[in-house]
Amino acid sequence: MPASLVDGNSLLAVDVGSATTRAVLFDVVEGQYRFIASGVAPSTAEAPFKDVSEGAKNAIENLQTVIGKSLLDSGRGLITPTQPNGSGVDALVVTLSAGATLKTVIVGLLKDVSLESAYRLTSSTYTRIVDTLALNDTRKPEQKIDSLLRQQPDLVVITGGTDGGASRSIHKMLEAIGLASFLMPEEKRPAILFAGNQKMEADVKSLLGSLSASVHVSPNVRPSLETEDLDPAERELAHIFIEIRKRQLKGVDLLNLWSGGHILPTAYASGRMVRFLAKMNSASKGILSVDLGASAASIAATFKNTSRLGVFPQYGLGENLSSLLKYTTLDEILRWSWMDISKDALNDYLHQKALYPAAIAATKEDLAISQAVARQALYLAAQAARKNFPSDISQMRPNLLPPFDPIIAGGGALSDASRPGSSLLLLLDALQPVGISTVILDPNNLLPLLGSAASRNNLLPVQVIESGAFISAGTVVAPVTTAAPNTPILRATLTYENGSEAKVELKFGGLETLPLPSGEVGKLSIQLLKGADLGYGPGRAPKEGVAVKGGALGVVFDGRGRPLNLPADSARRRELIKKWHWALGGE
Amino acid sequence: MIAPVHHVIGLTSIVRERILPIAGNILVRQGQKVNATDVIAEAKRPYEHVLLDVARLLRISPASAEKLIRCKVGERLAAGTEIAKGKGLLASPIKVPRDGTVAAVGGGQVLLEVGVAKVEVKAGVPGTVIEVLPGRGAVIQTAGSLVQGVWGNDKIEVGVLVNLMSAPDDILTEAKMDVSLRGSILLGGMVNDKDVLRAAAELPARGLIIPSLAAALLPLAREMKYPIVVTDGIGAFPMNSAAYRLLSTNAKREIVINAEAYDRYTGAKPEVIIPLPISSEPPPAPDAQTLAAGLQVRLLRPPAMGALGFIEKILPGLTTLPSGLSAPAAEVKLENDEMIIAPLVNLEVVG
Repeated sequence: MPASLVDGNSLLAVDVGSATTRAVLFDVVEGQYRFIASGVAPSTAEAPFKDVSEGAKNAIENLQTVIGKSLLDSGRGLITPTQPNGSGVDALVVTLSAGATLKTVIVGLLKDVSLESAYRLTSSTYTRIVDTLALNDTRKPEQKIDSLLRQQPDLVVITGGTDGGASRSIHKMLEAIGLASFLMPEEKRPAILFAGNQKMEADVKSLLGSLSASVHVSPNVRPSLETEDLDPAERELAHIFIEIRKRQLKGVDLLNLWSGGHILPTAYASGRMVRFLAKMNSASKGILSVDLGASAASIAATFKNTSRLGVFPQYGLGENLSSLLKYTTLDEILRWSWMDISKDALNDYLHQKALYPAAIAATKEDLAISQAVARQALYLAAQAARKNFPSDISQMRPNLLPPFDPIIAGGGALSDASRPGSSLLLLLDALQPVGISTVILDPNNLLPLLGSAASRNNLLPVQVIESGAFISAGTVVAPVTTAAPNTPILRATLTYENGSEAKVELKFGGLETLPLPSGEVGKLSIQLLKGADLGYGPGRAPKEGVAVKGGALGVVFDGRGRPLNLPADSARRRELIKKWHWALGGE
Repeated sequence: MIAPVHHVIGLTSIVRERILPIAGNILVRQGQKVNATDVIAEAKRPYEHVLLDVARLLRISPASAEKLIRCKVGERLAAGTEIAKGKGLLASPIKVPRDGTVAAVGGGQVLLEVGVAKVEVKAGVPGTVIEVLPGRGAVIQTAGSLVQGVWGNDKIEVGVLVNLMSAPDDILTEAKMDVSLRGSILLGGMVNDKDVLRAAAELPARGLIIPSLAAALLPLAREMKYPIVVTDGIGAFPMNSAAYRLLSTNAKREIVINAEAYDRYTGAKPEVIIPLPISSEPPPAPDAQTLAAGLQVRLLRPPAMGALGFIEKILPGLTTLPSGLSAPAAEVKLENDEMIIAPLVNLEVVG
């Protein structure tokens, strides 16, 4: 049995991504949980390895080298609990995003009601919708069956009907799913999640129970027309994702065994952690977490009473890159590049990089392309996520993200700790945050691991976050306004803890910074001009000033306007982007 | 760090598992010799389905309809066969509209399988069946030269290799193709012109092996009826010297071009096989190797993308790259003696 919390359990957390597997050790140092170290290895879900546990063991071995103690025994089994000689760990948690996107069919009645909820629900994990069955579907039943047989979905998500409401139409659709499933080889039958009219639970189980890989029932996502409740179904979907991966990917079973079932989809674990942080902070603004990795772009956001999790595999920077042009154009990607890159070169890059998702940019030119792609992928993900945000949240402009504080960024493209300015500019360009936000980088991708760890030990995430395991990039001040270029839109005075002051004048189109080191706080007195709005109303700012936190870039004033309009002239645009890079410490 | 091996090897034992996507019949037996284009397993699946809702057509309850349905699962029915008839003098019979097989009966409905789509799996390699996987496929072994590619258009052929390249960085043009090449597998240079693919189709060529293909031409390349194997990448870069040496020195030999689409999860890769006579079975090449000094590697990203080199040494800790990123890296000596530093994740073992 692991030691009690008072004694301090060590916890190993493993994140199995598409490209990289990361092993992270948390342990108690001076009475507080700390992030100790991490080990990284290439993921091994794909051939020739075809066993995710190999990558996990390799990452743990690399971690062993860093910490100088054994976590695996001579047979590469996990040593647990911690042994008297110091080897081993007390517990393991795992997050998983590796594997091909789940082919998913959504079923519902009305496009704007249950199907909308089904779409939001499936967006909370690594899925790709391959077919939709709805009331207004004019296909014959056999055409629906043939479509399901062609698509061979991994998962069918059924919503529809308010609790106690009509059930006949859903019943008809269940028949088509049942028949298609019956005709599939047993090992290829989909898992079923039913989150519709609860009166139909028994029907669903009797119709589909023996004809699917597994049937799961969760509370109705649409108990009434006006109410949406995704949380229980998202939790069930996270569980189903892991169940499907156990069938698809060798080694998931072993990690599940080692972790005692504490294994979660990476994005879900991030979402859980963001909700946890929101409760901890009782923040007035929402919290936003973005993760741009090889598997997907994931966006988790909290609001006053609710949260949203959006997982967008189509915007991942791995194997799906070759399909990115289904959602955007070469020109839209190239607008972000500070180098003159041809459309053909970019097109070639997308396909070549998709062949080798784990490869990284070694040259400046390659980095310029990869960052342009990352910007557009995150921009698209943020726009897609925004559409799923609750309609009753306060927004400064309808086509912008609502104000968030803090914004937490993880994933290889975003969290490079050695170049925080570059990461911050990427975030500012792609997300275009508004108002005043602290931006935090998660270079070790701890957020999902802490979300997963919270299920074993809810003290650990709090103490690790407070220990400074994340890097503050700084506080961003981004007014919403439109003005002529170089017109002053904001004047600010930053008062440091020692009483000294620094002043800045922000002109429209510019980026300015005031130094404020990590760990320090300052008070920012702001004067807004030309109707600029930081969320307090046009031209208004708190008279008592605003407390701001320091970071690698200090306080960053983004006067480029929202939404960000880049010059149409490509040469001028590239010059401007270079200037912005310089403003945030780039070469 | 362990890295996958991209096989470019003069003589090796090649073992390939060939599997049907659905259960079917295996057409070979253990020990049987097969050619690459031989069909070793086949399965049939219905082209489509027809659902006859007897209950609705007769306007009766499903339970009542169930009692009237006279066909059974698995039964072959000709178009016009009566499967149910309502009660009463004027009740019209329910007939099947097309020839088919009853797939399911229940709830007052009959589901009919109509038409047949055949699924075939070819051997892919010329060799000996060393294991039959009942209902699924077979394992085939051969020996010879092997050149793996990175992209294929999912076709397979056998033919004589004709070399149109004089250097690894040649560009294949329409002008290089004439009628004398008809029926040959062409070893060509980089392709960035759609007319080249069309000219090869017009010959017709039996296959095309090229170092690189422009991304814009991928949709057209998929449509071509002849197999295309891209050895090095999408874009415009030369053939790696190991593949070039091996292929160009085997011109005029009969080879197999299996342009199987790359599948990162199964490990299927497009490949070129040159069968060779052997006196004893050569050892199989490893699929993964730990990166170490002396290994031959290929660069997967710039600088020198696609070039071959040898690892001089693995650098300790993290190295800051010209891009500014930090990563575990190695010193790699390229074939032109240039020394570069490359992140380990950008290296693929070649051998």
